[in-house]
Amino acid sequence: MEENVKTDTSGPGYGTYILVWLALISLTCLTVAVAGFNLAALTVVVALIIAVVKSSLVVNIFMHIRFEDRIFKIFLSVAGVVLFVIFALTFADVFFRK
Amino acid sequence: MSEIASKPEVLHVKHLHKDEKGAKIGMWLFLFTELLLFTGLFLLYAAYRYVYSADFHRAGFETHTLIGAVNTIILLTSSLTVALSIAAIERGKKWISATFLGITILCGLFFLVNKYFEWSSEIGRGLYPGSPKLLNDTNGINLFFGLYYTMTGLHGLHVVVGIIVLTFMLVFVLRGKISSEDPVKLENAGLYWHLVDIIWIFLFPLFYLIN
Repeated sequence: MEENVKTDTSGPGYGTYILVWLALISLTCLTVAVAGFNLAALTVVVALIIAVVKSSLVVNIFMHIRFEDRIFKIFLSVAGVVLFVIFALTFADVFFRK
Repeated sequence: MSEIASKPEVLHVKHLHKDEKGAKIGMWLFLFTELLLFTGLFLLYAAYRYVYSADFHRAGFETHTLIGAVNTIILLTSSLTVALSIAAIERGKKWISATFLGITILCGLFFLVNKYFEWSSEIGRGLYPGSPKLLNDTNGINLFFGLYYTMTGLHGLHVVVGIIVLTFMLVFVLRGKISSEDPVKLENAGLYWHLVDIIWIFLFPLFYLIN
């Protein structure tokens, strides 16, 4: 009960949100700048890594996951693992098809 | 927080009627289904990009990188303002919360206006599914634009729904139905808006930055 009260009302202040927003904007500029370089196959990898960093900032801070009960983190991990398996199995099919 | 925590009896009464944690878990489960919906499309994109990488590369030159980047910044900013709106209502600042919510809705509308100009320009150049120009082109180009319109279109639909939901939330805030005592409706609407933002974070590099 006590713990519920805490997770429901405590969260980061305005300042934290603005810092995260600045980081997100910087990462957007970075991903546009990096796209200008010719990194061949690495281009999409770098772009996706930046996208994953950006979305983890949104999920952890904007969506409060960092400050929620453990059950939310478990749910999210299960969903993440399921998505990973779906992608891995599909790629295992696509990449090794003749 | 300490003020509320020091009054457990108040919360106890509230807890009999409301289950904020349950409401949030329900919202997250819904978000997972949304994620799965888009995952199917991302899988298609990945598979076809692997098979038709040269065509996807060529098609990538046709999308407007600048409009895509501006829309990314608009959506990221709207995510900030909805987060600030929730922080404000939790602190009992009704008008600050309503103002930030209004800015969020405006950002969503700006996003759609940009999308309108973007799509108009592409359709004007004969780049739309089933257009004579595309039908004479390769399969890979057709798949790229098919996925482009489907994925950004479905995302755009989510933005429209998000704007409608947030407009209701704004009315609730103004009428006092969402308050520091009971902010969960706004929090859940915010979660939905952030998910729309996250999907765009992935769409942007995949459709606008592959040239």
